[in-house]
Amino acid sequence: MSIEISHVGKRFADFVALDDVSVSIPAGRLTALLGPSGGGKSTLLRIIAGLERADTGRVEIDGVDATALPPQQRNVGFVFQHYAAFKHLSVRRNVAFGLEIRKRPTEEIRRRVDELLALVHLEQFGDRLPTQLSGGQRQRMALARALAVEPTVLLLDEPFGALDAKVRKELRDWLRRLHDEVHVTTVFVTHDQEEALEVADEIVVINEGRVEQIGSPDDLYDRPANEFVMRFLGPVTQLGDQLVRPHDLRLAVDPADGVPGRVSRITRIGFEIRVEVTTADGQSVTVTLTRNEFLALNIETGTDVRLRIAPDTPTTQLSTHAPTLRTALTPTH
Amino acid sequence: MADSSIAARTPVGRRPGRHVLRAVVVAYLFFLVAWPLYLVGRNAFADGISSFQDILTDPDVTHALRLTVVIAVVAVVINTVFGVGISLLLVRYDFPGKRALNALLDMPLSVSPIVVGLALILVYGGRDGWFGPTLEAAGFQIIFAVPGMVMATVFVALPLVIREVVPVLQEVGDEQEQAARSLGANAWQTFRRITLPSIKWGVIYGVVLSLARSLGEFGAVKVVSGNVLGDTRTATLVVEEKYLNFDKGGAYATAFLLALVAVACIIVVSVLRPKEER
Repeated sequence: MSIEISHVGKRFADFVALDDVSVSIPAGRLTALLGPSGGGKSTLLRIIAGLERADTGRVEIDGVDATALPPQQRNVGFVFQHYAAFKHLSVRRNVAFGLEIRKRPTEEIRRRVDELLALVHLEQFGDRLPTQLSGGQRQRMALARALAVEPTVLLLDEPFGALDAKVRKELRDWLRRLHDEVHVTTVFVTHDQEEALEVADEIVVINEGRVEQIGSPDDLYDRPANEFVMRFLGPVTQLGDQLVRPHDLRLAVDPADGVPGRVSRITRIGFEIRVEVTTADGQSVTVTLTRNEFLALNIETGTDVRLRIAPDTPTTQLSTHAPTLRTALTPTH
Repeated sequence: MADSSIAARTPVGRRPGRHVLRAVVVAYLFFLVAWPLYLVGRNAFADGISSFQDILTDPDVTHALRLTVVIAVVAVVINTVFGVGISLLLVRYDFPGKRALNALLDMPLSVSPIVVGLALILVYGGRDGWFGPTLEAAGFQIIFAVPGMVMATVFVALPLVIREVVPVLQEVGDEQEQAARSLGANAWQTFRRITLPSIKWGVIYGVVLSLARSLGEFGAVKVVSGNVLGDTRTATLVVEEKYLNFDKGGAYATAFLLALVAVACIIVVSVLRPKEER
């Protein structure tokens, strides 16, 4: 049930959506395609599903060359960002759709739909129309519908993108638990690095039509392959020509090793304290501290401090043109 | 009226304006549509129901009525099938010349039906048409026969289904269709089970408008039919004939029947159509 993507390219008129992408997605895992909007991750997912055709390259699903297969012959489950609920059919009929197409016996369909509705906690909603459900319920229905045909792979295109923050978080946890129960090879697209880090076993970072890095959430966070991955996966700040995470910087008041600087601003955001330090050569560096660390240091605006990078933390050498990218790519929290 | 609460909430200074506007619209529709139509009905019943008895026992008139219904139904079936097909083509696919096709589809609304009739004769005319003599030699008579009358009717009612269905297709989007495909449905199953139910009301409305338009077609049909009594004379041609022959009772009675069917179609659909669709 693995997916092998080799040398896939796709253009829309002049826009290169995918540029020679090769990824191997392991069976039975939950894989995230992560990247900024317009980076090509949704296109890649739609090519796997057969909803889009690659210009070049090859897609193999479960050992079968699927490059030229139409979507209905690929046996994939696809979940859309905006649910794509069949509005004129009840929840039951929505879930049963794939089975009815496959001409399964009525009794079997009834039993299977009951099971799936129980799985997605929609037992009481079987006779409603999709418009009578909330967004989260609709997306669970869409998931049950996709799972009904026992797909070899389950593909989700920004599945939680249209939901509000609280429901999104619930569904995210729920998807993780569901995957632990069902074990179907699952690929989901997201632009939210927190979602990918929390849910996925494996993350493929895609940007400007190319794969930037493939790895486990720990790999990506601790050993980012390049500046883009470093910036995309979490907050960064710059010290000298090194990119580093603000919580991986150490502050000291005593004259010690490190880059000298002066505290220019202190902001408290909930449990964390954000300290901005201006170094001797005018660079503004952000350091985040816990409340206890901050109290122990006993610093205020104007205090002279020393900055150094904590040992064994991920840093990236900054390329020369980088500072202009900073505001655009630093993830928001 | 439902809007009385809205009127109550609007500032006092704007209310006279609203009333004037409403009076203008009502008067306009009354003098242009309601009153003339009412008079047709009144004239039709001027001698009680004797005018209706006369026309319904006249075999030429009943033949004309039957012919009108047959032509209208055939034309509507053709326009529905091609209309839905062309709408899908226009909304779901990109191809060179799409804008030109789109503009061409509105032609029947802008060209006078008489011109349509003459154009059809130029192409399919049995004696010196472009294509007609060939067809006639093969045994198909188009002009001065039912096929030509169907073609003329199809032509004038062509855009009605398309203009109803296209916006609905655009609004529905293609995600449901993609979902159906990914669940294993082939193109026909997707159309039957997903696309058609979601555009159902657009199609029905288009069909009703086409039916009303086809029943009432006069100019194009007059040119291509030859207007042969008891053969290719339709109901609208009967109205004209009777009117010109000073059989006012018969003319109004036939006209009333035509208007009645068209109005009934539209009323039935407005009643059936769900109030809130979404």
